[in-house]
Amino acid sequence: MNRISDKFKNNKKLLSIYFTAGYPKLDDTVEILQQLEKDGVDLVEIGLPFSDPLADGPTIQASSQTALQNGMTTELLFRQLKDVRKTVSIPLIIMGYFNPILQFGVENFCEKCAEIGIDGLILPDLPLAEFEEHYAEIFKKYGLLNIFLITPHTSEERILQIDAASEGFIYMVSRASVTGNSAGFGAETEEYFERVASLQLKNPQIVGFGINNSETFQQATKHTNGAIIGSAFIKMLSEKGKDGISAFVNSIRKV
Amino acid sequence: MNYNVNEKGYYGEFGGAYIPEMLYPNVEELRQNYLKVMAEESFQKEFHQLLKDYVGRPTPLYFAKRLSEKHSTKIYLKREDLCHTGAHKVNNTIGQILMAKRLGKTRIIAETGAGQHGVATATVCALMGLECIVFMGETDIKRQAPNVARMKMLGAKVIPASSGSKTLKDATNEAIRDWINNPLDTHYIIGSVVGPHPYPDMVARFQSIISEEIKVQLNEKEDRENPDFVVACVGGGSNAAGAFYHYLNKPEVGIIAVEAAGKGIDSGESAATSALGNTGIIHGSKTLLMQTPDGQITEPYSISAGLDYPGVGPMHANLFASGRGVFISVTDNEAMQAGLKLCKLEGIIPAIESSHALAIFETRKFKKDDVVVVNLSGRGDKDLDTYINYFKL
Repeated sequence: MNRISDKFKNNKKLLSIYFTAGYPKLDDTVEILQQLEKDGVDLVEIGLPFSDPLADGPTIQASSQTALQNGMTTELLFRQLKDVRKTVSIPLIIMGYFNPILQFGVENFCEKCAEIGIDGLILPDLPLAEFEEHYAEIFKKYGLLNIFLITPHTSEERILQIDAASEGFIYMVSRASVTGNSAGFGAETEEYFERVASLQLKNPQIVGFGINNSETFQQATKHTNGAIIGSAFIKMLSEKGKDGISAFVNSIRKV
Repeated sequence: MNYNVNEKGYYGEFGGAYIPEMLYPNVEELRQNYLKVMAEESFQKEFHQLLKDYVGRPTPLYFAKRLSEKHSTKIYLKREDLCHTGAHKVNNTIGQILMAKRLGKTRIIAETGAGQHGVATATVCALMGLECIVFMGETDIKRQAPNVARMKMLGAKVIPASSGSKTLKDATNEAIRDWINNPLDTHYIIGSVVGPHPYPDMVARFQSIISEEIKVQLNEKEDRENPDFVVACVGGGSNAAGAFYHYLNKPEVGIIAVEAAGKGIDSGESAATSALGNTGIIHGSKTLLMQTPDGQITEPYSISAGLDYPGVGPMHANLFASGRGVFISVTDNEAMQAGLKLCKLEGIIPAIESSHALAIFETRKFKKDDVVVVNLSGRGDKDLDTYINYFKL
């Protein structure tokens, strides 16, 4: 069984953290991963920085730009992660935009991921139809899960389609928004969480976008299997650096 | 080979809709409706009425006698510079605002580089009484103050894009992010034949009025529908798409696209995508774009803000890759000189974008009886400052 699917077996509400590789410092990647595992984070999305991150708000845009200025590249990330499985055992997902992966070569990229022990990919701008037609077989060959997104405006028909094509989990975007919106969740979001829960999908769901503290984590995981924190974690990193990780993770977990 | 879009939204291997799921409902709504709406008789009637009475179409196809003598060939200029708002951009914004109304949208967003598309969008929003928000790079806001003022006078809100390099590419990113944040009431009027399918095809269809008129006008003047060559500048490529449209599948018509070489192809300051780019994904479309080996999109440069885009539309990528179109690039200086030449010989001050197309005659010799149509996409009023500084006028 894949490390990701394994995580969902005991019904815990999973905490997932997103951070941009190469931020705040170029060589922070592995140390951040080790610290996150130590602090009990369940899975991690490693962000591959891109010059034009369409679905991201100002925080992740800025961290991506800094990471690129620091010198982060796809090749370098793979070099940094080469031995990561000697010290980190939680599921690792690479999240990024499709263009850098296309330039690296999709098959090369997947092969590298498999060598390192990456469990899955989240590529927001690689749509379902393109994936299935051109890339699904390559992912399968290298044992990589492709995680798809759904949003409050995704039709029921399409949610079912995405569920059928998914493995691991479904990434539920909490609201019609780019990342880093901290307006809190209203009744409309609650209704969306309930609606998706009632569909009894075969894949577990993890909520992302807009989760920034223990309160929003509780709300997001009431009807789902976990939540992802990105912008709020990056904000903390830019203020406190790696030393702030433990306190941040603990503050989310406290009830 | 067919050079139009196929049913999956591709031109050859280029095109498609590489968009985050958040945009899927909006783009899918458009994809399912755009051809149906455009085929409606009431839509066609309103579109053509506005093009006639409001934009001032048909624009003339003008035989440039002195320019022709100078270059020993027959040169016709398609006078898109005479359109209301000063360029071909308004053909598309009229079409898209009518589309937005039929889809029940009440809020319009757009990106702009030099401000021409922003002005054309603000204009049609004023005409239809719809809210208008234009994203413009902070750098461009500073260098295009008159167009910013125009948009404001027309009632649009201009929002500075302060991410990345603060130019057209970033303005487009900001517009897309706004659309993600406002998926229900908002229509995004993209200004060129770029973006996810169906945008490249929809914009090309609205701009195809250019070559539709050329066919009729050339028939009157030369007793033939087809020129030997049709020439247009390409940034994203909307004026070129319109000028080429009805000739795409007529191999007897030579298609020439002129890109901006900036300070020279090898100078590191250029926007000649066909020479410097390779296949990738920009703004939701698989196409040719300028990027680093690591897949980061690079900053283009051209003296002409309208050509200052790191990609080309997928139709053009396919014309280039298939060899159907001839792609050349001209430098800032070649374009500026060609623009000045048109002023002196024909009494027409062209937009610097269009000056790039005119520079074809400096780099390529045509036969004496060749009929060459150049799409004069815009007028030079907006570029006066640049002309003044360049020629120390």
